[in-house]
Amino acid sequence: MQASSKTPNDVSYLEYQGKHKGLWKWILSTDHKRIGLLYLYSMMTLFLVGVTLGLAMKFELIAPGKTIMEAKDYNAVFTVHGVIMIFMIVIPGLPAVFGNFMLPIMIGAKDVAFPKLNLLSWWVYIAGAILVISSVLFGDGSPDTGWTFYAPYSFKTGSNMLPAIFGAFVLGFSSILTGLNFIVTIHRMRAPGMTWTKMPLFPWTLYGTAWIQLLATPVVGITLVLVALERIFGIGVFDPALGGDPILYQHLFWIYSHPAVYVMILPAMGAISEIIPTFSQKHIFGYKAIVASTLAIAFVGYFVWGHHMFTSGMSGTAQYTFSILTFLVAIPSAIKVFNWISTMYKGSINLQTPFYWAAGFIFVFMIGGLSGLVVGALATNVYLHDTAFVVAHFHFIVFGGVGFSFFGAIHYWFPKMFGRMYDATWANIGWLIFTTGFLALYSPMFYLGMQGMPRRYYDYLEEFHAANILSTLGSWVMTLGLIIILINLFRSAKSGPIAPKDPWKGKTLEWTVPSPPPLENFDQIPEYHEKDGPYEYQ
Amino acid sequence: MENEKHHIVPYRVYAIVLLVLVVLTFLSIAITDIELGSYTVVGALLLASIKSSLVLTYFMHLKFDQPYIRIMVGFVLAVFIAVVIVTFFDYSFR
Repeated sequence: MQASSKTPNDVSYLEYQGKHKGLWKWILSTDHKRIGLLYLYSMMTLFLVGVTLGLAMKFELIAPGKTIMEAKDYNAVFTVHGVIMIFMIVIPGLPAVFGNFMLPIMIGAKDVAFPKLNLLSWWVYIAGAILVISSVLFGDGSPDTGWTFYAPYSFKTGSNMLPAIFGAFVLGFSSILTGLNFIVTIHRMRAPGMTWTKMPLFPWTLYGTAWIQLLATPVVGITLVLVALERIFGIGVFDPALGGDPILYQHLFWIYSHPAVYVMILPAMGAISEIIPTFSQKHIFGYKAIVASTLAIAFVGYFVWGHHMFTSGMSGTAQYTFSILTFLVAIPSAIKVFNWISTMYKGSINLQTPFYWAAGFIFVFMIGGLSGLVVGALATNVYLHDTAFVVAHFHFIVFGGVGFSFFGAIHYWFPKMFGRMYDATWANIGWLIFTTGFLALYSPMFYLGMQGMPRRYYDYLEEFHAANILSTLGSWVMTLGLIIILINLFRSAKSGPIAPKDPWKGKTLEWTVPSPPPLENFDQIPEYHEKDGPYEYQ
Repeated sequence: MENEKHHIVPYRVYAIVLLVLVVLTFLSIAITDIELGSYTVVGALLLASIKSSLVLTYFMHLKFDQPYIRIMVGFVLAVFIAVVIVTFFDYSFR
C-alpha cells in the first residue's frame, strides 16, 4: 500500500508513513496516538519486570525462613519492584497512555498543544527508566531502601542508590512535561462549543491530575537532589549527625508522593466515569458533582501527606490535623462511587468486558478506600503501621484501583486504538481469573497485618504460614489471568475482527472518528452542539 | 493572534528591577548576621518571596498577562503557602 503518497487523513495513524521508516517512525513520531502506544509498550515491558519481581517476593514468602533468596536480596527486590511499579507504571500510567491517545480526540483537537514536548516526555521517561534499571545491573548492589528512599538510610547504605535516585528525578521531569502539555491543551484546544461543563470526565480528571503533576513533582525532584548531595558531599540537611532532620525528608517526600497517589487514581476514576455511562447507556449521574469531587480530591489530597508519618515522631497537632484532612478526602471519593452506582441504576446495562473491569474497580476501590480510613485514624494507625495491612490497603488502591481501571480502559478503547475487536470470551475469562487471583493474593494480607506481621521482611513466624500460602497461590492465579488477558489483546491487535467506528454506542467524540483514527483525528475541527454535555443517552 | 497585545517595557524598568533584586540578595545575606531566632526563616522567606514576585511580575510579564494567568499563579502561590503552614503544624508544636 502506497500510504506515503496519501494525505494524512486518508490513512489511519497506524498506516501513515511520514518521513521516517521502521522503528524511527515510532520513536521520532510527534503524533499523540503513537506516543500513547510508545508509552503503552514501554510500560507493559516494565510492568512484566515488576510482576516478575512481585512473584519472586511472594514465592519467597510461601514458607518461613529462606526459600529462594537472602534477606538482602529480598530488600533489593521489594525496592526495585516498588520503584518500577510506582514511578514508571502507576504514576504515568493512565495519563501517558490513554491521556495522550484519547485527550485530544475527546476534546476535538488534532493533537496536544506541544507535540514535540510530548515526544520529549517519552524520551525523558525512557532515560529515567534506563537509569533506574542500571542501578540494578551495575555498581555495588541494587538499591535496598524501599521505593520511598527514606533518609538517613538512603544516604548511608552502601548499595547503588545514586542512579535510582537520579532516575526517579528524571522520571519526574517526564511527568511535569506531560502535565504542562495537558493543561495547555485543555485550556486552549477544546472544540468550539465544548465549554468546561460539557467536557467529558476523563479529560477533567486529566486536568486535575496535570495540576498535581506540575505542582507536586518539583518538590520530590529537589528532595531527591538533596539526598544525592547528602550522599556525595554530606551537606547535613537530613543527616542528624550534622544537624539535619530526617523527618524533614519524610515531609518533603510525601508532599509529592501522597498527591502522586491522586495522580494515579484520578485518571483511573476518569476512565471508569467514561465506561459506566457507555455500558449503562444512561446519562452520567451528577456530572457536576463528579467534576467538583475530582477537583476537591486533587486539592485536599495535597494536604494529607502527614498520614504516612504518624509514627515518625511528628507533633500531636500535626497528627490530628493530618488525620482530619485524611478523613475529608474520603468524602469526594465516596461522592464518585455513589454517582457511578446511581448511573447504573435503571440503566440498560450491557455486560461487556470493560463493564466487568469497572464494576471490579468499584469493588476493590471500596475495600482499598475503607481500609484507608482504618490506617488514616490515629489510634489504629499506630497499631497497623508498617504491617502487611498497609501493603494490602495500597495494593487494593494502587493495583486494584489503577490496575483495574487500566485494564478496563484498554478493553474499552482497544477497538479505537487498534481498529480491531478482541475475543470477548477470553477477555472475560481473563478478568475472572485475574480478579479471583487478586483477591486471594491481597486479602490475606489484611488479616496478616492485623495479626502483627510486619511488611518488608523475608521471614515470618509459623503462625502466619497458612495465610501466606494462600497469598502466594493467589499471585500465581492472578498471573495466569494476566497472561490470558495479554495474549488475547496482542493476538487481537494483529488479527482480531475489524472494529466499527462505535462498537459500544458511546457518545463522546472519540466514537465519531474512524477506528483506528486518521493521523490528524478530524478532517475538520468538530463543532460541539450537545446541549446537556457529553453523555446524552436516550 | 488578534487578541494578543504586545507591551514594550523600557530597559530602565528592567534595570531598576535587577538593581532591586541585587540589593535584596545582599540584604538576605546581611540579615543572617542579626539574631532573629525562629524568625530567621520567616525573614529569609519574606525576602525570597519579594524577589520571586518581582521576577514573575516584570521578567515573566505577569503584569501584562490576562487575568486568568494571574489567577493560576496566585492559586499556585496559595497552595505553596498552605503547604508551608501545614508543615509547621509539626515543627512548631513538637
